[in-house]
Amino acid sequence: MALRVRGRAWRLGDGISTDHIISGKFKYQKARLEEMLPYLLHEIIPDFYRKVKPGDVIVAGKGFGYGSSREHAARLLKMAGVGAVVAMSVHRIFYRNAVNVGLYIAISKNVPPATETGDIIIVDLDKGIVGNETKGIYERLPPLHPIVKELLEAGGLEGYVASRGKLPWEADNLTSHP
Amino acid sequence: MDELTLTEALLSMKLGNPPSPGEHVVVDVDLVYLHDGTFTLALEVLRRLGAERVFDRRKVLLFIDHAAPAPHLAAATTHLAMRRFARKHGVKLYDAGAGISHQVVAEEALAGPGDVVVGADSHTVTLGALGALATGFGSTDAAVAMASGRIWLRVPEPVKIVLSGEPPGWVMGKDIALALLGALGADGAIYSSLEIRGPALKAISMDSRLTIANMGVEAGAKYTLFPVDEVARAWMEARGRKVKPLSPGVRARYSDELVLDVSGLEPMVAKPPRPDNVASVSEVDGVEVDQVFIGSCTNGRVEDFHAAARILRGRRVRDGVRCIAVPASRRVYMELLRDGTLEVLAAAGCIVAHSTCGPCIGAHLGLLAEGEVAVSTSNRNMPGRMGHRESKVYLANPATAAAAAVTGRIIDPRTLLPRGVRLMEV
Repeated sequence: MALRVRGRAWRLGDGISTDHIISGKFKYQKARLEEMLPYLLHEIIPDFYRKVKPGDVIVAGKGFGYGSSREHAARLLKMAGVGAVVAMSVHRIFYRNAVNVGLYIAISKNVPPATETGDIIIVDLDKGIVGNETKGIYERLPPLHPIVKELLEAGGLEGYVASRGKLPWEADNLTSHP
Repeated sequence: MDELTLTEALLSMKLGNPPSPGEHVVVDVDLVYLHDGTFTLALEVLRRLGAERVFDRRKVLLFIDHAAPAPHLAAATTHLAMRRFARKHGVKLYDAGAGISHQVVAEEALAGPGDVVVGADSHTVTLGALGALATGFGSTDAAVAMASGRIWLRVPEPVKIVLSGEPPGWVMGKDIALALLGALGADGAIYSSLEIRGPALKAISMDSRLTIANMGVEAGAKYTLFPVDEVARAWMEARGRKVKPLSPGVRARYSDELVLDVSGLEPMVAKPPRPDNVASVSEVDGVEVDQVFIGSCTNGRVEDFHAAARILRGRRVRDGVRCIAVPASRRVYMELLRDGTLEVLAAAGCIVAHSTCGPCIGAHLGLLAEGEVAVSTSNRNMPGRMGHRESKVYLANPATAAAAAVTGRIIDPRTLLPRGVRLMEV
């Protein structure tokens, strides 16, 4: 599967936390992800889940995904159709969660500051490029760890295990200590 | 060995030899725990993988601590599923009221130096105060760790945090945590391992260390590690865990370094809307307050309530202010009950509740309405964290929180401290 997304930007600022993405006060009242979906980013962009189109890209500033470990945040973004997140920096738990659920992430210094909502964004993790077509700004991405790439290609960890019948760290291409 | 950072030394205990920052390693897991906010997703993942099992029932714990006892049917359903899972797999379940996961694991010394702890909660970093390689993961990682007993990790870059000077009697762990967060910024330590060291450490209690470790994640840190010094060793031994002293090597190399002189610290506050929006209490003096929350995995320990009680003793929570006091565990609750602290809090008009994460995450037990302002001893204050998106949360230490409860506004707690009474016991 090509790790490529082209879609409209939703421009968010710095410090977008998992509480912004799915607030605890809504999350804890719902048992299932589907029931939480209407509250996705709701306090920043009301009814975001209805406005977002498949393949749209979240473009944010520094510290995206800060806070709670709630994987619901990454899963709900994917469930709503968000194709990728482009941010200037991404907090570690959110990054892992995104990889585990197959949500593409690109860390970019130059694209977010230049981006406005509605711009056309491309994220190509195969070629290692992120760009804003509307503004004509492109940036190279460092190569992904081979397992991260394989996890994303499989649509996340569940897809990886389903297709290969083993966990990623049982693979041969992970540098493991004796 | 004198070239190893604490991070490298602790990982070496696991791997046999020291890894390099940025390297990916696979490690055996010593403890996995999940709570009612993260368990359901994990169980769903295991079932879809056809792997509903635990690798070692003694190394998996479940906590009903986030919305407990169940404030609504959704929570009740989750709790029931957790009880059934625990019974089926012979896993220990800490049911409603037992305590917040990180506090229970710490106070029972269920994790120790070099243990790899996978917690399905971001504040798992708290256990770095015990030298544990403890950090938060999402439900998928936790599920797979629970089933397989292994996890892959990226070895973090070590950052040296030197606490210099001598802490004055009013400086609490929270003030140090907030000052560090202000200096690092909310994304200043993403993927780093903060190693807390320096001459001030010997005067910093375990309760305060747990607070400092707890808030490392607010700067993005993967670990906040403390050395196993005499304070930590004695504390763990009192809880039945024998440990060897462990400190970073004198020639250890760090990717960054920060020095904080704690002798000059004032009581610190994080203004809304971010925990790194840090100011001294005098800079926000006079802000009017509707609710005060003293509790959470950050500041729900014995030392915290003792400090609050020194302000609240013989005083009353001001009319129009709610003060919610929530010990972080039953053990803390019982100790405060025995030593009379809970009576001081209750007599002052505090709502003293059972242990829960509730108010901190806006799950239950005191949500904020539109326009309301809270002082909270918890760890996060983004918009809507504790209620309405137009409510505001100031993070502070328990003494500052208690002072706000008494006066109805943010005020330097030192002005309310009785003559000759120190805030801290050390």
